[in-house]
Amino acid sequence: MPEDDTKIRSRAEQGERTRAGAGAGCHQPPPERPPRLTLEEARRRLQAGRGPRYWRALEELTADPEWLNLLEREFPRSASVWTGDRRNFIELMAASLALAGLTGCTRLPSERIVPYVIQPQRVTPGEPLFFATNIPVGGYAQPSLARSNDGRPTKIEGNPQHPFSQGGTSIFQQAELLTMYDPDRSQNIAEYGEVRSWAEFLTRLSQMPELQPGSRGNGLRLLTGNMTSPTLIWQIQNLLNKYPEARWHSWEPVSRDAVRLGTQMAFGRPLDVHYQFGRADIVLSLDGDFLAPEAGPGFLRYARDYAARRKMQNTSAQQPLSRMYMAESGCSLTGANADQRQPMRYTEIELLARGLAAQLGVAGAGGGGSLPGDPGWRAALLRDLEAHRGRSLVVAGEYQTPAVQALAHAMNQALGNAGQTVTYSEPVEALPAGVAEQRQSLLDLVNDMQAGKVTLLVIFGQNPVYSAPVDVPFAEALSRVRTRIHHGLYADETAAACDWHIPESHALEAWGDCRSADGSTGIIQPLIAPLYDSHSAWEMLAALGGPQQASGYELLRMYWAAKLGFNPAAIAPNVDSTAANSAPPPNPQTPVRPLGSLGQREPAAFEEAWETALYNGFFANSAAPAVNAAPRALQLPPPPASSAIEVVFRPDPTVYDGRYNNNGWLQELPKPVTKLTWDNAAIAGVGLSQQYKFSSEEIVEINAGGRALQLPAWVQPGHPNGTVTVTLGYGRRRTGRTGVGRGFDLYALRTSQQPWGGVGISVRPQRHPYPLAKTHSHFQMEGRDLAKSATLEEYQSDQHFAEPEPPPQPPRWMTLYPGFTYPDYAWAMSIDLNSCIGCSACVLGCQSENNIPVVGKLEVQRGREMHWLRIDRYYKGDYDNPETLFQPIPCMQCEDAPCELVCPVGATVHSSEGLNDMVYNRCVGTRYCSNNCPYKVRRFNFFHYADYDHLPSLAAMQNPDVTVRSRGVMEKCTYCVQRIMAARVRAELENRTVRDGEITPACAAACPTQAIVFGDKNNKQSRVSQQREDARTYHLLEELGTRPRTSYMAKVTNPNPALLESLNGPQSDSQVEAEEERHG
Amino acid sequence: MPQVFGRYSNFWSRSTVAGLVLGFCLFVAAAYRIQDSAYYSRQYEVRHQPVPFSHAHHVGGLGIDCRYCHTSVETAAFAGLPPTKTCMNCHVEIWNRSPMLEPVRASFRTGRPLRWMRVNYLPDFVYFRHDIHIAKGVGCQTCHGHVDRMALMEQAKPLTMRWCLDCHRAPFNYLRPRAQVFNTEYIRPPNQVRLGKQLMKRYHVLDPRTLTSCSTCHR
Repeated sequence: MPEDDTKIRSRAEQGERTRAGAGAGCHQPPPERPPRLTLEEARRRLQAGRGPRYWRALEELTADPEWLNLLEREFPRSASVWTGDRRNFIELMAASLALAGLTGCTRLPSERIVPYVIQPQRVTPGEPLFFATNIPVGGYAQPSLARSNDGRPTKIEGNPQHPFSQGGTSIFQQAELLTMYDPDRSQNIAEYGEVRSWAEFLTRLSQMPELQPGSRGNGLRLLTGNMTSPTLIWQIQNLLNKYPEARWHSWEPVSRDAVRLGTQMAFGRPLDVHYQFGRADIVLSLDGDFLAPEAGPGFLRYARDYAARRKMQNTSAQQPLSRMYMAESGCSLTGANADQRQPMRYTEIELLARGLAAQLGVAGAGGGGSLPGDPGWRAALLRDLEAHRGRSLVVAGEYQTPAVQALAHAMNQALGNAGQTVTYSEPVEALPAGVAEQRQSLLDLVNDMQAGKVTLLVIFGQNPVYSAPVDVPFAEALSRVRTRIHHGLYADETAAACDWHIPESHALEAWGDCRSADGSTGIIQPLIAPLYDSHSAWEMLAALGGPQQASGYELLRMYWAAKLGFNPAAIAPNVDSTAANSAPPPNPQTPVRPLGSLGQREPAAFEEAWETALYNGFFANSAAPAVNAAPRALQLPPPPASSAIEVVFRPDPTVYDGRYNNNGWLQELPKPVTKLTWDNAAIAGVGLSQQYKFSSEEIVEINAGGRALQLPAWVQPGHPNGTVTVTLGYGRRRTGRTGVGRGFDLYALRTSQQPWGGVGISVRPQRHPYPLAKTHSHFQMEGRDLAKSATLEEYQSDQHFAEPEPPPQPPRWMTLYPGFTYPDYAWAMSIDLNSCIGCSACVLGCQSENNIPVVGKLEVQRGREMHWLRIDRYYKGDYDNPETLFQPIPCMQCEDAPCELVCPVGATVHSSEGLNDMVYNRCVGTRYCSNNCPYKVRRFNFFHYADYDHLPSLAAMQNPDVTVRSRGVMEKCTYCVQRIMAARVRAELENRTVRDGEITPACAAACPTQAIVFGDKNNKQSRVSQQREDARTYHLLEELGTRPRTSYMAKVTNPNPALLESLNGPQSDSQVEAEEERHG
Repeated sequence: MPQVFGRYSNFWSRSTVAGLVLGFCLFVAAAYRIQDSAYYSRQYEVRHQPVPFSHAHHVGGLGIDCRYCHTSVETAAFAGLPPTKTCMNCHVEIWNRSPMLEPVRASFRTGRPLRWMRVNYLPDFVYFRHDIHIAKGVGCQTCHGHVDRMALMEQAKPLTMRWCLDCHRAPFNYLRPRAQVFNTEYIRPPNQVRLGKQLMKRYHVLDPRTLTSCSTCHR
């Protein structure tokens, strides 16, 4: 769309004088801009309290011209696509007007209705059904309810009845829907790239010498990822029993080796650790990113429990607001939520852990020498921990060293927390026998491959050619294997290096089972027949070890029948179950407790148990029971040597280890802390960037132990200055069209010895730019205090701290807004900033529910991402260690809405219940509404982003209850009006009013911490009404008189009062000014 | 130099201008009429169906209730089209050799569904629900006309937005007692407006402001 400013720019370039009248009003002088500052000047202004109280980015502090440009123009580069002149423009407009008219000259189309031949029970055409299932992410089950619209899965939500997640979701879990429909998934069985059938594959398998009857399986190897499926473990054991020489290897790039080794060190055997944040008053996290979905399988539960202790409504004298201390080597989501955060190097975390442990009386902790971090912080922390014995909790990061894990366990023992705030269980995940860590399992495999001992290798769902550590020559060793079979969702790097590739069925397409982090076991229930010629891991293993004719469903039922004490032969009569019978009773490390009520062992009773588990999504009481872990005397390895600059590896917050690289939703989801999309970067602190003189979006070279990689830098406020954080998962060479070639492959620097960091690196700036697509500058609301926070003390002295001074309101009769009344319902939303952890599950939930398209990196750079709900990130305080606030911004659904008044075609209008309805068919795309929206929540379809005409699988994914928008149409958050209407119709049919809590918008349903509450504000008993009455509640830009329906509850942080004075001691204005004068 | 155009040309230039204005108005008016016509809305048009199913025979003649085939009309958005099995409930016994019913039998034999042509078409951006209309006392006839007299199914009403709004603005003109919703012989009583207003209260029909809010039908 051409805009006036383009016109002006092109004229100015031609040196042409604008005639009076044409383009008048565009000739204003540029607005006064504040002078550009250096970072140091900005810091002094901050300290003096003269800078912004809350800020979004370093560029804002320094008044960067580009930043100001973005601020002044809402669609900063919307004009940049246009290259024509005025005449051209008018011609095109005339033509498009004529064509637009012509499209109206068609008759209504003809449609077919195709009813069933025999209609299945429970199916009503057009009405959605929900199925309980489990989506494995990194091997661990994420309990889900999947929605099926006429047989098409269209949404993944949380399972509220599941004891582990209680209804929360993670971004990965929800985005698996797009992965299933991904048109770039591999679609055919292939031998050297040529299409083969499953029967041909089975024939070829039967010719393998390793699999002949009587063979001992010499040379047969399996490589799987994290393994929690009881049935798969049973099948693998069967296979190994049948072929005693065969071996199983287990390896994933994001493994929990450190947890296993840490418990081994502390208790003498590998255990799983379960934190009980609900009981912890004081939390110390040692690089433990428990609030991030990519950093450990416990996320859903931990986020829920932690946030419950942060809600002011839940606090009482017995249960005070919890306080979190964190020492971290990067900028994690958990660090952003911590009350008292200390950035430090990766290796310093261990030194700190040793020192703290020694002071808490842990024998053998070492801990001599000077400790990293602020001494006051350490002292306050120790005081708090000592004062809360049994109610404190030390969390070790899954990506820290085993020593840190062991020290955390020892500290929890010393503080009496074991059994209270932390419990232990047998590991949920299974490892090959005799192996303590996955790293060793991979090294064994590679050694054997190099020695020529492996002749038939089957790789299940992993991509080691891409993701193996750089010092493990996996690809080279793989070439020495006679027959290589790859089973996976994509024809990826490993598939290209294998002889056979078998497409893997997605979790929504095949039967299976897996366990959540707490051990709860659930069935993976398919919602749709496989879209392509694909097979599940269960079927693959059956093809290798038998019984070959069994389907995944039969295998699963055979296993569970045996497990629950029934005769498998009676359950699956068509299958030769001798293989199952001959096997020893399945014995994964933590057995599922038999269902107590099942006295008789009849097939009918099994059906009942099976149906119940299917319906619920889990087997009752299947969580891993807590075990008593007896601590051992600590024998720690020597402390690590710190380097001047260390690298820290993390799974990427959105593409994880690379498996979601082709997922457009996740690629475009702003990474919660950095707000980058579509790329990874070397994340560094301000100090480091000043020392080495590089800035954001400039290429730097990182050299780790002789291996160098060039990638763009990103300067992140609060990042420790001794480390550079890099995320894995980018730089893919073979995947789908969305992911190939994006970002930089950090596996090229990652070694098996130090998989998560601590390696000394050198940094060399390269000084050439690499533009990143970052969203932290988009949709700003300029300089006002929009996110609000106070410390607990401030809150206790003034509960109404968030309420602004009453703005001078003109008398009501003066308003030009029509005075609407809302006699029936008045929908409203309340967002508790105290429980929002910034995980972005809501953004993805909204995207999935409302058919929001993906626009691509270039369009994001132009500020055109389409997310209806965004999460603004604000900083408060000094940029070396600022306080971080996350604020989700949906549409405010103003009662006096500025957008509605300016629409020339009535495309956005007020509903009787107070929603600002958007009528796509009326919209002609003037974008006046967006210009007039003070909250910047409206999104415009600059192109036909939702063009699925030649991507039929993506068309099938769309939610049929929401219109798919076309080009030239404005759209925005509707409060999920389709869900409101569905609930209202249901209530009307039952002759009642809508109950409180009956409507859950997609964002609120997705939220793992229940930060979003929705309801009727006319109903004074509703939760949303009560939250709106809360002292902390405030509205955004209330002074504009828009009367928003979305309200916020200001954040209350809980820093240690003793530390507040010493750290952020107030500096008087005069001091700063004197200093400023001295400088210049 | 002599004038190129004589005085007569004034007439032509004036009539051209007038003609353009008039022509434009006529064009708009014609476009509007076409848009509003039965030709455009495909009202009264008989679609070619795989089987010439007669509602007149089954409903008017045999007296089969609407809900025998349209099973989900009271509980779902879509009234439901009968699966082949429903046809075969009777036609396995009667007319089971009729050549006209061969497609039905073939469907049941082969498991391939019948592909009917949709008669009452609403665009995809309209989210219409049958269940709520039935519950509020809108008779089948009100929108579908005298189906019991249609030998071949046709769209009886224009189904334009203006036509929808007619009722959403003043439902009392159309509502009937719930017991009469499926009655094909129902006759509008003389005191319809009074009855309609009573029914609106009794069935808790929402006020016209809510019924005409855009998001009631468009999302």
